Amino acid sequence: MTDEPIIHIENVHKYFGHVHALKGVSLDVQKGEVVVIIGPSGSGKSTLLRCINRLEEFDKGKIIVDGIPLDTAANINAVRTEVGMVFQQFNLFPHLTVQENICLAQRIIRHRSKEEAAKVAKDLLAKVGIPDKAKMYPPQLSGGQQQRVAIARALAMNPKIMLFDEPTSALDPEMIQEVLDVMLNLAKEGMTMVVVSHEIGFAKAAANRAILMDDGQIVEEAAPEILFNNPKQERTKLFLSKVLK
Amino acid sequence: METSDKNAGAVNPEKILKEAHKVESGWILVGTVVALILIMVFTKPDPYQNMIVFMADGLWVTIYTTLISFSLVLVVGLIGGLGRISKNPIIRGIATVYVEVIRGIPLLVQLIFWYFAMPAILRDLGTTLNIESLANYKTNPLVMAIIGLTIAYGAYMSEVYRAGIQSIPKGQMEAARSLGMTYFQAMRYVILPQAFRVILPPIGNELITLLKDSSLVSVVAVADLTRRGREFTATNFNPIETYSMLALLYLVLTLLTARLVSYTERITKTER
Repeated sequence: MTDEPIIHIENVHKYFGHVHALKGVSLDVQKGEVVVIIGPSGSGKSTLLRCINRLEEFDKGKIIVDGIPLDTAANINAVRTEVGMVFQQFNLFPHLTVQENICLAQRIIRHRSKEEAAKVAKDLLAKVGIPDKAKMYPPQLSGGQQQRVAIARALAMNPKIMLFDEPTSALDPEMIQEVLDVMLNLAKEGMTMVVVSHEIGFAKAAANRAILMDDGQIVEEAAPEILFNNPKQERTKLFLSKVLK
Repeated sequence: METSDKNAGAVNPEKILKEAHKVESGWILVGTVVALILIMVFTKPDPYQNMIVFMADGLWVTIYTTLISFSLVLVVGLIGGLGRISKNPIIRGIATVYVEVIRGIPLLVQLIFWYFAMPAILRDLGTTLNIESLANYKTNPLVMAIIGLTIAYGAYMSEVYRAGIQSIPKGQMEAARSLGMTYFQAMRYVILPQAFRVILPPIGNELITLLKDSSLVSVVAVADLTRRGREFTATNFNPIETYSMLALLYLVLTLLTARLVSYTERITKTER
């Protein structure tokens, strides 16, 4: 069981109407690994990420997460409780306080007591560096603070895997680092992470592997220092020359 | 999506004054109409006091017919609204046909159908199927009227719920589902509480319209306010006085409901 990948993606195809968004993508992620996916918009990187917790249905192929195949509704919900997801637009629940945001799923999915959930929320808010915001509502927070709450909300479920879908793309430049710092710490703690992001600095510092996707396929896959500094594929060079400028 | 507003909690005295003024003027109107009725009753007890005593039970019937129907409408509308956005084409189809058919038939025609046709259908059915209690079904006008109002307004309310649910960004459902919630848990804890704030004003409108449309039940043997008013003129031959009072009584009810609706809106807004 030790070398069984925690995420196994095999020949996954996805169509949006006539658009072939994923063209047979295969990818294994090991436990504790941090994988960063880059690529131009429309390359299918977010779609692939969303397939891992089945927010997006795929048309062909299979995905097995932590030994559970994504097929039945029960399995999908089981996988979702083990996989945390962080979105570009934060998607905090605006009608609930920060603390309630973090406690809601703990209470109804994990069936934790009120005190237990509150304790988890308190610890996680301290961990993401905003212990004093528990009673505030999301619209009262800055983007960077909201995204850190979103990370805390996902972590409260004790996920085995964290997925990040362009977590810093909607943030003002000066708020990007505070979110990346939280992610770097998570990576150091050994969390399995799949990150769609163009933050090359984060990829170099935290990732075990970097992947370039284009046109629904994986173009190149290598250690980040190799992919960013010495890519083999022309497509990768072209993309990096535009991003790194 | 709201942006971060550091002054969100700050007090704006001008705004509070304006709000207070709005509340005031609403109550002034209610007070004026109530005062008018009282003046009429005390200065000319005959016929006004007599007619109020005569119509009092009708007023009560109008109020509880409206309230019972509206409570049921809230439930039927929620089911209909969820059906309208269901991914299952059969459920969606049933909900769509319900809404479209009901919206296309005048309310009065629907009420007449429930009162005159439905009991006959039930009795026929009872006879053919040999179910004695059904074959001898005795029409209960109030029950049929409430069913009629509920079915009709449930269709409108379905659309209100549907619009409210669809106004919540898709990311809310995705975030809830990605935390492991089922569709119905996400609806209950995340989507509906937000949607409810959006649809509170249209829901209030539906309540006021339902209150007014409840006067149609007077045609199908329910002794509501309108019917009692007509009965009073039938014996006293004073249509001007009676129907003026009838109009004023409805006005008091609708104005009070409007106050209630705007009060509910205000407390759900300040909660944020």
